[in-house]
Amino acid sequence: MRGLATSGGLRAKAFPARWPVRLAWIGLALYSVYAASILDVTWPRFVQGLDNGARFLGRMFPPNIAPDKLALLQTGMLESIQIAVLSTFFGVLLSLPLGLLAARNLMPGWVSWSARGLIAVLRSFHSVIVAILFVKAVGFGALAGIMALIVSTMGFVSKLFADAVEEMSMKQVEAVRATGASFMSVLAMGVLPQVMARFIGFSTYQLDSNLRNSTMVGLVGGGGIGATLFTAYQRFDYDFVLTILLAIIGLIMVAEVGAGRLRRIFQ
Amino acid sequence: MSEAALSGPSRRWVRFTPVERGARALVYVLTAVAVIWSLRTIEIIPEFLYDAPEQTADLFVRMWPFDWAFYPKAVHAALIETLHTATLGTLLALVLAIPFSFLAARNFTRSGPLNWIAQFVFVSSRSVNSLIWALLFVAIFGPGPLAGTLAIAFRSIGFVGKLFGEALEEAQQGPIEALTAAGAPRSMILVKGYWPQVEPAFWSVALLRWDINIRESAVLGLVGAGGIGVALDAALNNLYWDQVGLILAVIFAVVIATEFVTSFIRSRIL
Repeated sequence: MRGLATSGGLRAKAFPARWPVRLAWIGLALYSVYAASILDVTWPRFVQGLDNGARFLGRMFPPNIAPDKLALLQTGMLESIQIAVLSTFFGVLLSLPLGLLAARNLMPGWVSWSARGLIAVLRSFHSVIVAILFVKAVGFGALAGIMALIVSTMGFVSKLFADAVEEMSMKQVEAVRATGASFMSVLAMGVLPQVMARFIGFSTYQLDSNLRNSTMVGLVGGGGIGATLFTAYQRFDYDFVLTILLAIIGLIMVAEVGAGRLRRIFQ
Repeated sequence: MSEAALSGPSRRWVRFTPVERGARALVYVLTAVAVIWSLRTIEIIPEFLYDAPEQTADLFVRMWPFDWAFYPKAVHAALIETLHTATLGTLLALVLAIPFSFLAARNFTRSGPLNWIAQFVFVSSRSVNSLIWALLFVAIFGPGPLAGTLAIAFRSIGFVGKLFGEALEEAQQGPIEALTAAGAPRSMILVKGYWPQVEPAFWSVALLRWDINIRESAVLGLVGAGGIGVALDAALNNLYWDQVGLILAVIFAVVIATEFVTSFIRSRIL
């Protein structure tokens, strides 16, 4: 490199220094130090934590696989799967009309903007916060978790679905319209065949994501394996916590492969 | 679309092959079975449902008007803490994820087991939820934003690493071969061969994750990991719904503001 850089004045340097970029990097580094100091993320605390961490890990191993614990694990996992299945199913069902309403190329402006506003509200809250509100509204248990995840499913799927509808080709829609078809027929013959594959893709992705999130809504009273996990954590049953975590990771891995297969069938 | 379906004597046009149709029918049947099974076996306590409308109305009546005086007292500092937690957590995740992305990129690391290890790290990171990561780190480091920052970072490694690794795999081999031929050391190949190609993808992934992390860090306080969630948890436990309403409004405002900031940065810089 040096030979290239010094020979001849035509090209002084192959890669000139970019000072604005360097300054940005320095800025990021300074911010990290500043934020760490504000958050009390200090080295002694970290080292002390590592000590705790070793003890914590020591109490986690080996994972607890006593039969009564495994029965608890099975109940919790099944409930989480049920929460995920139901919330995905109903959430996707509701996303279909909402996404169509939000598509600007099919609907008049005021309809699509209000639908998009609703989607933005649905999207802006973390599903745990929504779960808290539903726990207050419909009590502890799986129903609150299902409703919370329906909200997040609608937010995600209907937004992506609306974008997909807006990106589709209008030629087929116009062709169906020109035959004098009713609006429902235009949807069924002109719109849905173009976007259904992507819609199913988003839905399988959301099934995966709902499975992940169904393990979490239990922490605030929304049922499922999260509730089992939180109880085990509060009772310092750390070895059972590890069992649950491993089971969750296994479930998610299986779900990820399964969702990938599903997507391939529909593409 | 299959060739065989097109070239029959009757030229019947069929969109899918029998196998494709069978697979789709199977998926529909499985979906129906899963939904019916879940509906029949899930435990829902109907007594709770009878007063759901009243409870919901009660919730909103109690929330309004917001307790604005609570904002300077406890919410503002917690909000700043949340923003720092999300940002620092994202930066930490970027630093931690980069080595694993290189391990996961099959064109950079030509070793199956190493690729697989990196994929395993990503899947573990993503399947454990940020709240659960926060629980673990609260047990290790005690309550506070340190646990929250680490939870955000560990949850984000999988997301950032997977997407950045995919970007690396898509990098053009030309510049890299040119640098190799010129005798550049491996570190220079990284900095001058890969980095310029993947830089836009890197920053857009980082921005996307930062946006998500702002939302996530707002709830970490529910398990004691610092930020505005701690104030939310306290208000919920005390049944001060007017404070809960205020905090939810603040979170909503921050999320909307973040969305504007990220879309602005994306349209201007990336």
